[in-house]
Amino acid sequence: MARLCRKVMGKIMPKFTRAKALEDKQTHYCPGCTHGVIHRLIAEVIDEMDIEGNTVGVFPVGCAVLGYQYVKFDGVQASHGRAPAAATGIKRAKPDRLVFTYQGDGDLAAIGTGEVVHAAARGENITTIFVNNTIYGMTGGQMAPTTLPGQKTQTSPFGRDTDKVGFPIRICELLSTLDGVAYAERVSLHDVKHINAAKKAIKKAFEIQMEGKGFSIVELLSNCPTNWAMTPPDSLKWIKENMVPYYPLGVYKDAEKGVTQR
Amino acid sequence: MKFNLNFERCKGCTLCINVCPKGIIEMQSERLNKSGYFTAECKDQDACLSCALCAVICPDCAIEIA
Repeated sequence: MARLCRKVMGKIMPKFTRAKALEDKQTHYCPGCTHGVIHRLIAEVIDEMDIEGNTVGVFPVGCAVLGYQYVKFDGVQASHGRAPAAATGIKRAKPDRLVFTYQGDGDLAAIGTGEVVHAAARGENITTIFVNNTIYGMTGGQMAPTTLPGQKTQTSPFGRDTDKVGFPIRICELLSTLDGVAYAERVSLHDVKHINAAKKAIKKAFEIQMEGKGFSIVELLSNCPTNWAMTPPDSLKWIKENMVPYYPLGVYKDAEKGVTQR
Repeated sequence: MKFNLNFERCKGCTLCINVCPKGIIEMQSERLNKSGYFTAECKDQDACLSCALCAVICPDCAIEIA
């Protein structure tokens, strides 16, 4: 656990240290990119559950392609969009492992839509961490399936025109209609409160997997300061003002509580 | 020393400056780290509450609160 309390001279002092499951390395992400936050949250949850030696992460093609370098647990890198298929194989061969996929919106919502929909429909007992930043970050900021209507990108310089290229995909809502999905939640990373909520969501999804209840997905609304051409604080503000209204936060499916949509 | 910044790890994204309730973190513009970034620094360690909000929002795990 990264955050501990200790008493110094009668006062309770919080202490914050680096998660043990994270490698002590500089990441290659741009300044202010929330990929680093998500890596840390996953590592902290794995520390708290004490399953570092029992975890396999499946990393995507995208900015997080080298994500396995920054964590101490096992990681593999799957073909573009095929992380749920690779995770399915790992989980079926080693059912006692915690297997999660870490995918961006270009990976999961574009080329890998079929993979994730069918993994969810089969009720594969894996967790998907879905990082939604409305853009193809690694390749230079092209329009993705999750790009908001009117949002300017490299390939939509006048804003996304929904008459020509259609509407964004809301993955959590889409997957929550499938019976194989045990847990679907959308969280945001635009401030400290929501980062803490995101950690709880990731922990819940991992616990549901370890209990063998089925497919779980956590969608994290993330930023891309470089390709949105904003400063990091402005990009977090943009998430709050533009992404959260379009992608409402909340639990979309929780098989335990019988929630199917909120 | 409550606010410990890993000088080489900081990328100068300024996110910690905005969340600090005491406003004691600021950017320094004298020393570049190996990656070529000007980093954040704490100007008043005694005023630090150890709330760790800066550490929670830091994308590079550059901040530790002791």
